[in-house]
Amino acid sequence: MNGSILGTRVIRLEDPELLKGRATYVDNLEHPGALYCYFVRSTVAAAKIASLDVARAKELPGVRAVLVASDYDIEPFVPFFPLNEHLKRPVLASGVVKFVGDPIAMIIAADRSTAVDASELVEVEYEPLDAVVDMEDALSINARQIDPEVARNLVASVVGGNSDNPLNGAEVVVRGRFENQRMSVAPMEPNSIAVNPDGDGDEGITVWVSTQMPHVIQTKLSSILSIPKGSLRVITPNVGGGFGGKAGVIQEHVAVVGASLMLGIPLRWMEERGENLISMQGRGQVQYVEMAISRDGLILGLDARMVGDAGAYGGFGGGLVAGSTRSMAQGVYSIPKIRYKAAVASTNTPPIGALRGAGRPEATAFLERIVDMAAAEISMDPIEFRRKNLISSTSFPYQSVMGPLYDSGNFVKALDAVAEVSKYQDLRREQLRRRQAGETVVLGIGVSCYVEVTAGGGASEYGAVDITPDGGAEIRVGTSGHGQGHPTTFSMLVADTLKIPLEKIKFIQSDTKEVPRGGGTGGSRSLQLGGSAVNAAALQVLDVAKNLAASHFEASVDDIIVSQEGTIGVAGSPSHFLSWTDLMDVAKQAGVELAYRGDFNQAGATFPFGAHVSVVEVDLETGLVRPISHFAVDDCGRVLNPLVVEGQQHGGIAQGIGQALYEKVYFDAYGNPLNSSFAEYLVPSAAEMPNFVASNTETPSPLNPLGAKGIGESATVGSTPAVQNAVVDALSHLGVRHIDMPMTPERVWQAISQGSNGPLWSEPPSIFSEIKKSDSGSAPEEVDI
Amino acid sequence: MFPSSFDYVRASSVAEAISILANEEDAKLLAGGHSLLPLMKLRLASPSKLVDIGRISELSYIEDRGEYVAVGALTRHRDLEVSAVLGSSVPMLSHVASLVGDPSVRHRGTIGGSVAHGDGASDLPAAVLALDATMVAQGPNGTREIPASEFFLGFLETALEEGEILTEIKVPKIHGGWSYQKFNRRAQDWAIVGVAAVRNGSTKVSLVNMGSMPLRALATEAAMNSGASISDAAALAAEGIDPPADLNASADYRRHLASVLVKRALEEASSS
Repeated sequence: MNGSILGTRVIRLEDPELLKGRATYVDNLEHPGALYCYFVRSTVAAAKIASLDVARAKELPGVRAVLVASDYDIEPFVPFFPLNEHLKRPVLASGVVKFVGDPIAMIIAADRSTAVDASELVEVEYEPLDAVVDMEDALSINARQIDPEVARNLVASVVGGNSDNPLNGAEVVVRGRFENQRMSVAPMEPNSIAVNPDGDGDEGITVWVSTQMPHVIQTKLSSILSIPKGSLRVITPNVGGGFGGKAGVIQEHVAVVGASLMLGIPLRWMEERGENLISMQGRGQVQYVEMAISRDGLILGLDARMVGDAGAYGGFGGGLVAGSTRSMAQGVYSIPKIRYKAAVASTNTPPIGALRGAGRPEATAFLERIVDMAAAEISMDPIEFRRKNLISSTSFPYQSVMGPLYDSGNFVKALDAVAEVSKYQDLRREQLRRRQAGETVVLGIGVSCYVEVTAGGGASEYGAVDITPDGGAEIRVGTSGHGQGHPTTFSMLVADTLKIPLEKIKFIQSDTKEVPRGGGTGGSRSLQLGGSAVNAAALQVLDVAKNLAASHFEASVDDIIVSQEGTIGVAGSPSHFLSWTDLMDVAKQAGVELAYRGDFNQAGATFPFGAHVSVVEVDLETGLVRPISHFAVDDCGRVLNPLVVEGQQHGGIAQGIGQALYEKVYFDAYGNPLNSSFAEYLVPSAAEMPNFVASNTETPSPLNPLGAKGIGESATVGSTPAVQNAVVDALSHLGVRHIDMPMTPERVWQAISQGSNGPLWSEPPSIFSEIKKSDSGSAPEEVDI
Repeated sequence: MFPSSFDYVRASSVAEAISILANEEDAKLLAGGHSLLPLMKLRLASPSKLVDIGRISELSYIEDRGEYVAVGALTRHRDLEVSAVLGSSVPMLSHVASLVGDPSVRHRGTIGGSVAHGDGASDLPAAVLALDATMVAQGPNGTREIPASEFFLGFLETALEEGEILTEIKVPKIHGGWSYQKFNRRAQDWAIVGVAAVRNGSTKVSLVNMGSMPLRALATEAAMNSGASISDAAALAAEGIDPPADLNASADYRRHLASVLVKRALEEASSS
């Protein structure tokens, strides 16, 4: 398209403010008169609260109030969406505590230090109960039942697929038990909220909150606190990272806003790093996977028995094993027979929520592990094995055995592309050379193919474009970007259609007063839904403009064009053109609004896909893994801004390397968290990262006019198993077939020491024989997180 | 992450700092703040008063004194890293300093603070142990010298007396080979296991994070000094040592790492 900026590497308009440290976040906004909140948290994982004495804390000078559960008149609620109808959570722990970190009292004080001092004066006596820490133990017949309504601690279960006996008659069956470990979400900015109960004049209550979904917060707070939605304004300034961890409300939001309304004073709260690391986490599955193949390498069947950990209070992320992990269990492969069973356990650990990918990385992780094990079993190259089993590019739209309809795809093309860009055969030669030379630092090459689901939730979003009197434009959109590049990419859409320069386009989001509705940002939904809504609005505005120009010049609307200079007029008649400013006057006289506000509805989810190759070195003497390079070919449909897409790919690769090699939340046998600081919870830094080579194939989605699919989570889905497979591949000549994540030096060293004697399989928990049918809350794949 | 309240006083000289310490039971010295402040923010330490010696410029120097290099206690890691004097006479100390934490830590943290903290997981205490350095301390009763081999006494415990300030570290010049092997998962972290080896006539080997304090690999040293092969000596690295277990490594894995790293350190020190 002549002159189009779509598809070009436009540098992000929002970056100078962010990079210069001038961006504002909830906690560095002025909140005049606001007092500081601080939570007293449970120090034990499971106990009855025998006594709770806040009298001394209340007496400390500077303390305004100390609130406990009974001070609130708030019914227990579901923070995001329900996993089990019985499991609602009180605003503060009431009578019992269910995990270390469970808030039991809230201090309100004049400053933060005083609030922390006061928290040390709160006296709590606990009557300890057996802590149920491990998700598999929780489902055993001997485990203490945490919640009276939830027998066997089984929060939800699901049975899916198309077969009762998918392994029957197979020549070869491979099986493995894989842990997809619990991770912290670890955004740079922890949770934060501030509230002014008097708002700004006639607006009622104003809340500033760090979230992915301001409109969801508005809806949730108004329903939980029984206040009219219209009297609650929610504003989200810059957000220092969401990654799934800022979806829905949290107890602390409700406690702070509830207290502010109760006491009639402005309040503010910012979570500490240690609190953020232990209050909510993601992932957490144990996967028992069996795959049947033929001797010549065709996949015949898949049997997956999956345990998900919901943590305490039925954390919604626990349900992902029954949601998107289930729906994506077939992945990119032709698998004729699948049986899928999932059991979700309640435990005395922090509630599980979403973390970048939210169920889809877990699906790809187990598939790509079992596929590598299958290829190794028949001594077939992992790329050759995959190519043999990939769903054909002529099969789209493709109806998966597990339910979803894949909108478009070309899986072979992505795999071929990554094999080429990584010089796969050269890597194999170098691997062989090192092995034959007996070198102690060996090379590992990991392959992964994936397909995932984006915009799987309510596929509708609000978008508006208004022409301003100065001839610029304002965008209003219901997504709530926080680093994904929306101000730039959405403005590019308007600039392209209306030929208004980027610097004259104002991007407005994340304020319920400015934007009437919105689903926020999650599930990689933003461009395909919000972007499409903005795009549609721009086209509507153009239509209005053309009609106005046509009547103004008494020309046919078919002859009206927009010039590259951003003027509208009659083709071939240079004197008959109007600027957007002129056109605003014309519109005013005609009584027409040069604006459009509406919603874009997408008929279904979209399915991005790709293929990754990761290259690592493993020191056979120490077990240390060093990533050398990572090649990502991600297909997110049509690419609007390659620079922004590449940024998402880089971040996703880094996060995948984090899960594969570094990150895990650890508890002791009593449920005490063992890594609640960044000294112990190892998020890798730039120093640990290898060279990234990110590229794309572009297979447009037929479901939206942009042809776009999500990219925010894809690279996490694709990278994690590639890294894991690379480490196992490095040691394959020693007989190693699997190592669980994170692949710490010690685990790798143990695998080297054990060689082919390492454990791969154990029998799944007995509860699976009792799960005959699905029994779960609203299916999590229907929500964007 | 908010410390308990405390008083703060800035000392302008060593003498002033000593006199403040003498009059305040629960006072703590503050230099670069990279060991003490994290503990205070977690409220694991709650001193009543901080005596800030960080701006006493007379304690920041690196001087060639013939047989040894004198390093002022308030010399920052970054200054060790780029020192020409150390580069030619004790390059191991520059190298070790370059591996401490991340750049912001290295621009704030001081060698005296790190050594006086005596953390068995820190790099510099083990380095001064292998280098056979001498600590100079000043206190109400004057100045005394403590050899590194007698300086580290236990978990965050050193031979410094109440009211004493570590003012200088005398580091013998290296005439032979040396090596420092730091094994960690992320560049910015403490060593899971570290090894310092110095061949300066005899062989000295010290271990990081193999105990509650920096330790000498005495069995390895004895074997090396009686002519054993590097492989045989390295196999004794953890002899008589009971290493800690944590999320990064079990005690067994630490013993294994110690042997591997001691072997690598001795090989490198012998080839340079």
